[in-house]
Amino acid sequence: MPHFANIAVSILFDGLAYAMFLFITSVGLSVTMGLMGFVNLAHGAFAMAGGYIVVSLTRSLGIDFVPALAISSVTIGVASIPFERFLYRRLYRSTDLEQVLLTIGLAFMAIATATYFYGPIPKSVPLPEWLQGDVNLGFRYFPSYRAFLIVLGAALIAILWYAFERTNIGAKIRAAVDNRRMAESVGINVDLLFTLTFAVGSGLAALGGGLAIQLFGLSPSFAVIYLVLFLIVVAVGGLGSLKGTLLAALVLGVFDTGGKYLLADAGGFFIYAVTVAVLLIKPAGFYGRE
Amino acid sequence: MDTTSRERARERAAEYLLRRHRFRPAEALPWLIAIAVYFIFPDRMTFGSQVLIMVMFALSLDLILGYAGIVTLGHAAFFGIGAYTVGLAAARLHWNEPISGLFAAAIMAGLVGFITGWFLLRYRGLTLLMLTLATAIMLQETGNLRSDISGGYDGLPGLTFDPLLGKFDYDLYGHTYYLYVLAVLAVVFYFVRRIVYSPFGQALTGIRENVRRMHAIGSPVHRRLVTVYTIAAAIAGVAGALFTQTNAYVTLTVFDFDNSAKVMVMLILGGTGRLYGAFLGAVVYMVLEDYFSKLSPTFWQFGIGLMLVLAVLFARRGVLGLFESAGQYFSERKKS
Repeated sequence: MPHFANIAVSILFDGLAYAMFLFITSVGLSVTMGLMGFVNLAHGAFAMAGGYIVVSLTRSLGIDFVPALAISSVTIGVASIPFERFLYRRLYRSTDLEQVLLTIGLAFMAIATATYFYGPIPKSVPLPEWLQGDVNLGFRYFPSYRAFLIVLGAALIAILWYAFERTNIGAKIRAAVDNRRMAESVGINVDLLFTLTFAVGSGLAALGGGLAIQLFGLSPSFAVIYLVLFLIVVAVGGLGSLKGTLLAALVLGVFDTGGKYLLADAGGFFIYAVTVAVLLIKPAGFYGRE
Repeated sequence: MDTTSRERARERAAEYLLRRHRFRPAEALPWLIAIAVYFIFPDRMTFGSQVLIMVMFALSLDLILGYAGIVTLGHAAFFGIGAYTVGLAAARLHWNEPISGLFAAAIMAGLVGFITGWFLLRYRGLTLLMLTLATAIMLQETGNLRSDISGGYDGLPGLTFDPLLGKFDYDLYGHTYYLYVLAVLAVVFYFVRRIVYSPFGQALTGIRENVRRMHAIGSPVHRRLVTVYTIAAAIAGVAGALFTQTNAYVTLTVFDFDNSAKVMVMLILGGTGRLYGAFLGAVVYMVLEDYFSKLSPTFWQFGIGLMLVLAVLFARRGVLGLFESAGQYFSERKKS
């Protein structure tokens, strides 16, 4: 295969895997922000907590990686419900600033707690054999783990798409994002709906956090460093839009990977340049409402 | 009849503005404390200068956040521009004169503030948050990209500056620096106070409270926001320049998100939109940080998070707001 095509395939493949991580972690944030207009800067902390639970389950209890991911995701999803019920709910009608401050405070507390229990040094996670090494796709070898990420991401997209577009509850969520008061008037319990989506979103974030360990390593600062990326995906995609989040994750994932491949020095510059360009032209993101 | 009543209303408005502008005796207190600190803690002057610099930084944020109601997550961008203007001028151009350096920093930061503000202040909410955040990170990445000039993440160490006014050289304990920073802060504060109590400041408060009504009465909202954003950027630039001068080094961490978040936390703790909130917040934050982060940085980070959560839930107007509420409570009890 010619050299440049080889590089292009690598960028696309790694970019796609990265995009799947971004999508899984950000989609919950997008829906909750679209539903309640709540700026949740503690979303990265839920992802980080999920990652650490996976570390504990695999390292201390010897549970396999994939079941550990599932347990961690469900645990965080359930654990996030009291946060929504007792803290977030009080601030739905407050200003952006107050929501930012509350959730930054929660993120700081989460980071400190993680540092206390796990230390500041990045953690890794033992992978099962079938996720190590490379997989042969006929014309080339690809890293198995990233292939797994892409397959898992695609499966989740299909499930979410079905739940969002084809089920009764998905229709209710879309109605509430569109016009909350109208949805309430026709008898949809938006509060309950929101608790449910918040829990699912946090659970997905935890899944993303668990998946990220192998890609970037997991340290307490994960909660803030990657939060910026999730927020960017949400802002670029448009609040509350599944399609938009996916598109934003793909564009940003591929651009960021490409930028790092081709111009290693420029580092994270590309992703921010793309963000600024998109938001200047479409302030509400790809599929957001103006 | 109609004209006289309108004139009377105009007079009343003018009188209200003048009354607010008038200097109150209690306002001397922070300055007296700052001078007293110079004599009481002569060995903590380096730390004292850092506190005063953060006061100035928080004050600049108060202008845009507290008065104009612009929520930004990238205010460190301007602090960093100021810091690097002075740092690069000293390291690469041998421009070591400190006071002219402050002006250069103010102009550079103001310029960046004007350009970014012109584009960004059309947006609100999450979009604005992300755009301001991305601006700061892009500046940081640009610095990293041209690390041959900026020194990258190693920064520019060992900078030297000329003696102040050609006479007062810097001593090991930072006494000169403390007075220098305090003097600059006093000038900046006077300027900010004038702005806040001017009709322009009133217009900003109007934009914060109800932007639609300001549009409706024909106030040039965008122009006013860009103006105050530029001024605040210039002041943040001066604070950044002082940071470089007092520390004699600068690294790209000045552009960090942490720096933007930290100054916002200080302002919120002190109380927004009340000038002296920046003083109280920065002092409380810096002193607590100095004490607790030596004890345990983890404990400190947890504490600052808890303080934020509690502040949002129970003290939305900051520590100064709490004092005010307490004052009101007691004066009402006296009356009844």
